[in-house]
Amino acid sequence: MTAKSFRFVSTDRRVREDRRFVVGKGRFAADIAAAGTRHVALVTCPHPAARILAIDKAAALAAPGVHYVLDGRELAAATQPLLAGLDTPKVPRRPLAVDVARYAGEWVAAVVADTRALAEDAAELVRVDYQPLPFVLDGEAAYAPGSPIVHADHGSNVLLDRTFVWGEVEKDFAESPHRLSLRLKWGRSSTVPVETFAVLASWDPWREVFDVYASVQMPRFPDQVALALKLPGSSVRVHNDVDVGGSYGVKRGIKHAVLVGYLSRRLGFPVRLVEDRLENMRAGDGHGPERNFDIEVAFDEMGLIRAMKMRALDNVGAYAGRSPFQLGKPIGAIVGPYRIQSVQYRAIAVTSNKTVQEAVRAFGQSPTNYAIERAIEEVARHRGLDRLEVRRRNLIRADEFPYLIPSGTTYDSGDYHAVVDKVVARADYAALAAERDRLRARGLLAGIGMAACLEPSGANSTFEPLLNPKNETTTYTDSCRINVDVSGAVTATIHTLSAGQGHETLVGTVVGEVLEIDPDRIRVVRPDSLASLPSQSPVGSRMAIMLGGAAFHAAQKLKARLLAIAAHDLKIPPERVAYDAGDVFDRSAPQNRRTWAELVTIAHRNFHRLPPNTEPGLAFTHVMQVPTGGRLPTADGRVQMYPCFAFEFHLLLMTIDPDLGKPEIKRYFVGHDCGTVINPKLVAQSLMDYLLPSAHEVPPVEIVHHVTPSPHTVFGQKGSGESGYLGAPAAIASAVNDALRPLGIVVNSLPIKLAQLGDMIAAARGQSNTVGESE
Amino acid sequence: MRVELIVNGEMRTVEVEPRMSLLDCLRERLLLTGAHAGCEHGVCGACTVLIDGAPARSCLMFAVQADGYAITTIEGVTPGPGELSPIQDAFCETHGMQCGYCTPAMILTAHALLADNPDPTRADIVDAISANICRCTGYAQIVEAIALAAERMRGLNQPARKP
Repeated sequence: MTAKSFRFVSTDRRVREDRRFVVGKGRFAADIAAAGTRHVALVTCPHPAARILAIDKAAALAAPGVHYVLDGRELAAATQPLLAGLDTPKVPRRPLAVDVARYAGEWVAAVVADTRALAEDAAELVRVDYQPLPFVLDGEAAYAPGSPIVHADHGSNVLLDRTFVWGEVEKDFAESPHRLSLRLKWGRSSTVPVETFAVLASWDPWREVFDVYASVQMPRFPDQVALALKLPGSSVRVHNDVDVGGSYGVKRGIKHAVLVGYLSRRLGFPVRLVEDRLENMRAGDGHGPERNFDIEVAFDEMGLIRAMKMRALDNVGAYAGRSPFQLGKPIGAIVGPYRIQSVQYRAIAVTSNKTVQEAVRAFGQSPTNYAIERAIEEVARHRGLDRLEVRRRNLIRADEFPYLIPSGTTYDSGDYHAVVDKVVARADYAALAAERDRLRARGLLAGIGMAACLEPSGANSTFEPLLNPKNETTTYTDSCRINVDVSGAVTATIHTLSAGQGHETLVGTVVGEVLEIDPDRIRVVRPDSLASLPSQSPVGSRMAIMLGGAAFHAAQKLKARLLAIAAHDLKIPPERVAYDAGDVFDRSAPQNRRTWAELVTIAHRNFHRLPPNTEPGLAFTHVMQVPTGGRLPTADGRVQMYPCFAFEFHLLLMTIDPDLGKPEIKRYFVGHDCGTVINPKLVAQSLMDYLLPSAHEVPPVEIVHHVTPSPHTVFGQKGSGESGYLGAPAAIASAVNDALRPLGIVVNSLPIKLAQLGDMIAAARGQSNTVGESE
Repeated sequence: MRVELIVNGEMRTVEVEPRMSLLDCLRERLLLTGAHAGCEHGVCGACTVLIDGAPARSCLMFAVQADGYAITTIEGVTPGPGELSPIQDAFCETHGMQCGYCTPAMILTAHALLADNPDPTRADIVDAISANICRCTGYAQIVEAIALAAERMRGLNQPARKP
């Protein structure tokens, strides 16, 4: 397939959101000041596990400017527990701890005062009497019998323990000449947006409506807040026209919103909570997967992998939020880009006395990609083969698409070998290897890293019914409404918040493409949640597919109406009219036409000229179902997880200072195929997300694009929102292991810390020196 | 206590607690919300403003310490309603941002850099913005924006052509 040509799609146009950001006129949650707003500071538990014996509020309540001190019992009596993903009713999660606190940093009480500073002063005066309890931090220890139990009523720390078998795994293992196993660790990490979570809630007791302004990226946020506050959904108005200062999955904020919502209603004034960085890191929603992998692969002489067994144990922390689902999403790409025929996958989620894990970018896919890539590298090492060659041999071939993987998902399209070839050519792999060897000869540790992986995109949340049988979710909508007003101006809508993904530009571009008018002339707005159509959130690299798709279909409906009105008014059969940049003309007599302005006037003012049974005005909506979605998983857990699969291949050269353990990335290449690119500016940079912290450390990344359109989407687009993060950890680990190979060191855990690296190198060199001396 | 701040060329008299940071004073008292709080301990740079032309962390400075200094915020470098400075325009041209939260501080840092050094190397640019953390972009398009702005401001280039 080749890319189609477009008028505006895939052209290098400015991103409309940028204009407000460069002048400091973004509208972030902390910028919104309602009159009379009071501020919250939190009292947090210093113990990993403790019984709360007493809370003495007297001194805090007597402090200047203090209005209230709220504890967990009062809040629990008035609200429902927060929604959990799995069916785990005995693991209730609430904004404030009730009687027992289960991790250091857990919120125990909330102080409301005139200013944040006064609230912080008073929070220090709240005296909590704790009785420390036994605790467990390590995931495997929490899983083992005899561990302290985080939620006594649940009876164990196990939230999920399910083994899936797809295909003839045991037979394939028995028939394969070689096998190897690996234990890998993916440590907790966070994406750390520069903006912490912020929320302002204001209850209007006469209208009986909450107004909520929050920096949120959470599917069904308004519904979940309403449920917890025991209100109908129509009583929670979440403002979608708030800019989110970075999220990358973590801006969830349900507990924050329920807390300030309750306080606002209880106290009768607007209440705001803006996390400080400490609150954000200890008890915010920023902690990502912490996962142990035991992976076993069966393969032949050529390094072709036939079967895989993977055990993934995830330490989700003290409560069950949505995070255990992060073991579910990777099922949709459980073999990565490789032709592995059968898979056994055991997914285990355990509680521990750590901060609650939440969704972090790529929702569990990045750790899985890392595990698969480590296994591929070990297979190459085992067979004494080149790592690149082993990958090429195992990659799914372009002529095999659509390709059904053992777990029941069909990959839509791709040409993985072409992308790899492009990167290898651009990087001049042979020259890169020669450069590595030259650096090694100079005494540096140098390594080439590589990773091939998939980005499942177009989230449809099928992991919900897969891991929770009581949940029969088979749709995961996003929507768009287009209105042409009486002046002929076009306004389109987005029904979620955005965190820098350029969704206004996306919608403008798509609607402009369909209507053949300048995208800059299309106004894009975000109605509040009460005026919104069913929409989720920009998660799972879905918006190009889902919001782009909704905008496309709504614009098509508008275009169809314009054609119908024109045909009726020109008194010609519908098949004779054609659309031309807003005007409609008679194909047989092109001079017979109705202009955009005329058609708009007929629709809005001249009912007598409209076709029979036609609604006046020009307002069109489209609620988008996820392409390929709609079915429940089979009993053995086979499921079409996401519709589209973008591919990326990373290749880099890195050095490590043998004395300091300090890494330096010399070259970094990424080949990327996310189907049709809607706006190249928006895609270019999502490839290098937070590899390393400051401008000094991040190398220039050389990006190679390839386009294999998806058959499931309106322009052939796939998602690209999570791309860099999906392969970079695996690629960096690959480079480090290549660099350390001469020392006989293998690193099988992430993160790789400088100090740890330095120590390992020193130890290995010490040993080799000792050997040298004894000879 | 009462402080007199020269903010974007205008004398502003504000009553503040001695412990109020310059950042909180700008945001809450003067409603200049283009400066953002990120870490509130001097690491991320999102609160950067110019003090007598030099970039400074407004979260690490008390408002009372700023008395008498010329403070420039992002609102002060914007030429007029609906208009962009050459640096702001260059950030739009290269899309040197995603979420926009670190952007005002990046732009002020770039203003200070280019005022001192109209022809910076890539290393100079990287050095200047290494005090500002961006979590979205990976910096490439920010560096590109500042280089483009420098080039245009030196008059060596015409505004980029529209496709």
